[in-house]
Amino acid sequence: MSDSSVVIHGAPKAEGHGHDAHPSYLRHHFESVEQQADTTNFAMWLFLLTEIMFFGGLFTAYLIYRNWYYPAFVAASHQLNIFWGTLNTLLLITSSFTMAMGVWCAETRKQSGLVLCLILTFILGLGFLGIKTIEYKEKIEKHHVPGFHYSLNSFLNPDSDEAAKAAGDKPLPLDIARHTEVYFSLYFAMTGMHAVHMIIGIGILGFMIFRARAGAYTAGHVTFVENFGLYWHFVDIVWIFLFPLLYLISRHAN
Amino acid sequence: MNFLSKENGLLSWLLTGDHKRIAILYLISITFFFFIGGALAGLIRLELLTPQADLMATDTYNKVFTMHGIIMIFFFLVPSVPATIGNFLIPMMIGAKDLALPKINLLSWYLYMAAGMLGLYTMITGGVDTGWTFTTPLSTHYVNTNVLTTGLAVFIAGFSSIFTGLNFIVTIHKMRCPGMTWFKLPLFVWANYAASILMVLGTPVLAITIVLVALERTIGIGVFDPAKGGDPILFQHLFWFYSHPAVYIMILPGMGVISEVISTFSRKRVFGYTAVAFSSVAIAIFGFFVWAHHMFIMGISNYSVIVFSLLTMLVAVPSAIKIFNWTFTLYKGSITFETPMLYAFGFMGLFTIGGMTGVFLGTSGTDIHLTETYFIVAHFHFVMVGGMLMAFLSGVHFWWPKMTGRMYPEKISQLAAVVTFIGFNFTFFPQFILGTLGMPRRYASYPPEFQVLNVFSTAGASILGVGYLLPVLYLTWSLKYGAVAGDNPWQATGLEWQTQSPPLTENFAVTPIMDHEVYDYEWLEGQKAKEVASVR
Amino acid sequence: MSHISPVLWQYLVKWMTDFALFPPEASKIAPQMDALYFFMVLVSLVGLTIVILLVTSFSILYNKERHPVAVQIEGSTLLEATWTIIPLGLFLIMFVWGALIYFRVYNPPANSMNIYVVGKQWMWKAEHPGGQHEINSLHVPTGRAIQLTLISQDVFHSFSIPAFRVKREAIPGRYTTVWFEPTVPGTYHLFCTQYCGTEHSHMIGEVVVMTPDDYKKWLAESTSGMSLAQNGERLFASLSCAACHNARPDARGPSLANVYGSKLALSNGGTVLADDAYLREAILNPSQHVTQGYSPIMPTYQGQVSEEGVISLVEYIKNLSSDYRVQQTTNTTDLLPEGEGKAMPAATAPVKPGMVKQ
Repeated sequence: MSDSSVVIHGAPKAEGHGHDAHPSYLRHHFESVEQQADTTNFAMWLFLLTEIMFFGGLFTAYLIYRNWYYPAFVAASHQLNIFWGTLNTLLLITSSFTMAMGVWCAETRKQSGLVLCLILTFILGLGFLGIKTIEYKEKIEKHHVPGFHYSLNSFLNPDSDEAAKAAGDKPLPLDIARHTEVYFSLYFAMTGMHAVHMIIGIGILGFMIFRARAGAYTAGHVTFVENFGLYWHFVDIVWIFLFPLLYLISRHAN
Repeated sequence: MNFLSKENGLLSWLLTGDHKRIAILYLISITFFFFIGGALAGLIRLELLTPQADLMATDTYNKVFTMHGIIMIFFFLVPSVPATIGNFLIPMMIGAKDLALPKINLLSWYLYMAAGMLGLYTMITGGVDTGWTFTTPLSTHYVNTNVLTTGLAVFIAGFSSIFTGLNFIVTIHKMRCPGMTWFKLPLFVWANYAASILMVLGTPVLAITIVLVALERTIGIGVFDPAKGGDPILFQHLFWFYSHPAVYIMILPGMGVISEVISTFSRKRVFGYTAVAFSSVAIAIFGFFVWAHHMFIMGISNYSVIVFSLLTMLVAVPSAIKIFNWTFTLYKGSITFETPMLYAFGFMGLFTIGGMTGVFLGTSGTDIHLTETYFIVAHFHFVMVGGMLMAFLSGVHFWWPKMTGRMYPEKISQLAAVVTFIGFNFTFFPQFILGTLGMPRRYASYPPEFQVLNVFSTAGASILGVGYLLPVLYLTWSLKYGAVAGDNPWQATGLEWQTQSPPLTENFAVTPIMDHEVYDYEWLEGQKAKEVASVR
Repeated sequence: MSHISPVLWQYLVKWMTDFALFPPEASKIAPQMDALYFFMVLVSLVGLTIVILLVTSFSILYNKERHPVAVQIEGSTLLEATWTIIPLGLFLIMFVWGALIYFRVYNPPANSMNIYVVGKQWMWKAEHPGGQHEINSLHVPTGRAIQLTLISQDVFHSFSIPAFRVKREAIPGRYTTVWFEPTVPGTYHLFCTQYCGTEHSHMIGEVVVMTPDDYKKWLAESTSGMSLAQNGERLFASLSCAACHNARPDARGPSLANVYGSKLALSNGGTVLADDAYLREAILNPSQHVTQGYSPIMPTYQGQVSEEGVISLVEYIKNLSSDYRVQQTTNTTDLLPEGEGKAMPAATAPVKPGMVKQ
């Protein structure tokens, strides 16, 4: 056991500190690259836990209101386009795959593979947002945005509305129809929050593509890509919950 | 050469990654916000000298107490011990060179400053008058003050808090020096760890609540609006789900300070270390399950009232355990009464009263009469000001020599501690009586028979103000004129005391190895003997 | 309280009240709540004294001069158990005691007299069943259980009577209730205790407790014509409720006679107690509260009737004890369904004065 187990002040740090002693990306408050990677990875998981709590509030509100206003939720959910929703789900799942491939490329030092995977993920993410824009536009046109001349027409007269007619919906009484506005409030809040997280992710992806082309992640330092991969998968998983909860309420084959 | 002298210039401070410099930046900014919040408190007490609302318009008064609450909670109490003392000390206490994520730490301070500046801007451009609890539908549809900017400021401050907590958890898990097992961690670290769990898990719920209120206020989504099928009680649940754990975020780090101070000034290990450590975690866990005790009279079902009241009783027990363990730490110790110890004694008495009155409120039957009155105001000021703020001052004085290399002047600081204690009791004890009499909170005017007690309270507040002003003055004075402190003026056992004051930028020249127990005074005697021997 | 002399207790309370250190006890529940309150004060004092005594004596005995060498003690499981179990036990006693009082305060007895209170920025409107309206005051008799049914027209308010030890939030969108039995005549404070905006501190008033005789006199003097139920009857007709709720065999809506307080079978299979809250919901959100055997065709009246109107309708329905009354109302409207000429059930009560107008 060393007899100076705790440092008395004054002893200068014996630096044999050539920078070939450790990689340049090792921050000086860490003892080793392993500790740095382990620590930042743990930090990202913890951050994702906070994101779960953040979305959790919205899911709680959704659960309560769906329980109270089920018929309204059914009718409102039928207004969403299943084709776009399913396509978006596929796009995101695929983007998670390309992201995971990107992480593998970084770990195995395949620079061009990494850049390709990041670009594919980027494009798929943009595609998701593009489809969301189409969907939001449709909602605006049909006056299904709470607070902006919200219209109950599709629910009072489902025959006048393509989506409601296709789903075989019956007309709703006025007091139930009014509650569809609560559904759309949650729809926009939840998909909107999700979209904000997508935009942030795509922004970081853009940054990463530049850095990857400069070889930043294929020289052994992969933690940034790995941790971003975790974030991206999380955003994907949130959508995988949102899709059935929002799009698939009481859908029957007609 | 130390962390203060290593580099100079404004940029070296504004772009620092050094946790100690960030702690100092935080210390200066939270002191600034504390005095703004304190000035607002002074205005409140001045208005309440007379039964009529004659000092300022009721609208103004409503803004004053709202902003007093917001500033004191989000810009003083939540970051106080963690972001200043915690930031400075936690890496040193575990033998690390810095926190795990220094850039996130700096970002946390910038977010805090951005939020604070936004909050000040809100105050200057008309303020906000919803009460710090911004209850819907009042905040969404019935006021035309700066709800959105304030909400944004609190949202940003929340992120600052999340990042601090995240940093602490990661650091404590991953950066302990060799030999530093969990049960050799100082109790200050345990307390901040528990508080960090609350910060990380609870604050995001506040964030989403603010987002929903903003959406409701701007585009009228209807999530909390009964006219559209929404429910304002949902807001209450979401809001209190964070805001109850928030009070434990505020008090736990203070309890950590008390553990360190009582141990050092009785020269004894903390009695029942394991119990105190686990009680911190117990408070954090139970603290998540009691939020609806703020809603007992709002029409929630009688059965949920029973459940939440029972859980509230359970969360009170760990705090009682701590008080007794600290008391018995004194038993057969060797006690001195320097300023940090005086503040710690003040904490123990005042927190006991504050905590017991919490039980009055957690008991559903008595809560009916006492809730929404000055009893609540007195209760939370006893735990937050009599408890937390005293613990903060205790900690600042205790670690002042370590942070600055200077001793504070002992006599005047002891005087300030006593003045604060007296002023505090005069200010807030009468408010228990006012609350029992039925005086509602957030009232600018009140029935004349309540005046005597209100005058008492205001008189006490003026004394309290003096008690808080003095430390700012003499601590600043001590930076230049205070006696030079050695490494370990208190002869304390923590790792932070085994290195120079102020510390090196990298804290330790060689990574320490924790080969002794925590609070091991016998080991410390051995170290001293070795030093004496090596000098000869 | 049997072990404390009632004389001593009264003296203590009176002394404290005169010095404005303690609020007067003017309801039946007040002394019960105060007993628990004083128990808690006692426990707190004892606990605080113990801590202060220990800290002080340890500080003296183990002062550095007197006791220069500290004895390192790890802990004591026995002590930990003691100061865990004893506080927990005390807290649990308080919890149970408090829960009993809580249930008592919020579960009114069956024979309580109901007064409706509507809170709005920044005043309280109280409506007695006989039609008496009060603003920022509440007249009540001693010796009777009185239930308040509260609702807000805008934001959260809270109706607080410290002398009765009761308080209840008034919330927009749903009824809340509380009850009390006043015991001592006098005038007591009424406060709004939930921050509700600019004039929150002025949303105050007085609760006037009167002897039953005085209360009868007051009722007679302040009646303003129609009782709540009569006003409700008028609304029932003018809103065409009778078009469906007319107690005929082929009626499109269920009969409302004696529906208050009964257990209804709903069309979605559940059962519900038809209390005030249910009636209000059935008027404003009828499609989710359809009685079994009927179609969901009732239109919503949200936006067409104020909270006070809803209160009047609820009072009317509450007092509806026979189909006859419904039919009398029906007779006064123009909206008889096709197929008139069906025999009506025999009348059993004479026509009452004060019939609704068309």
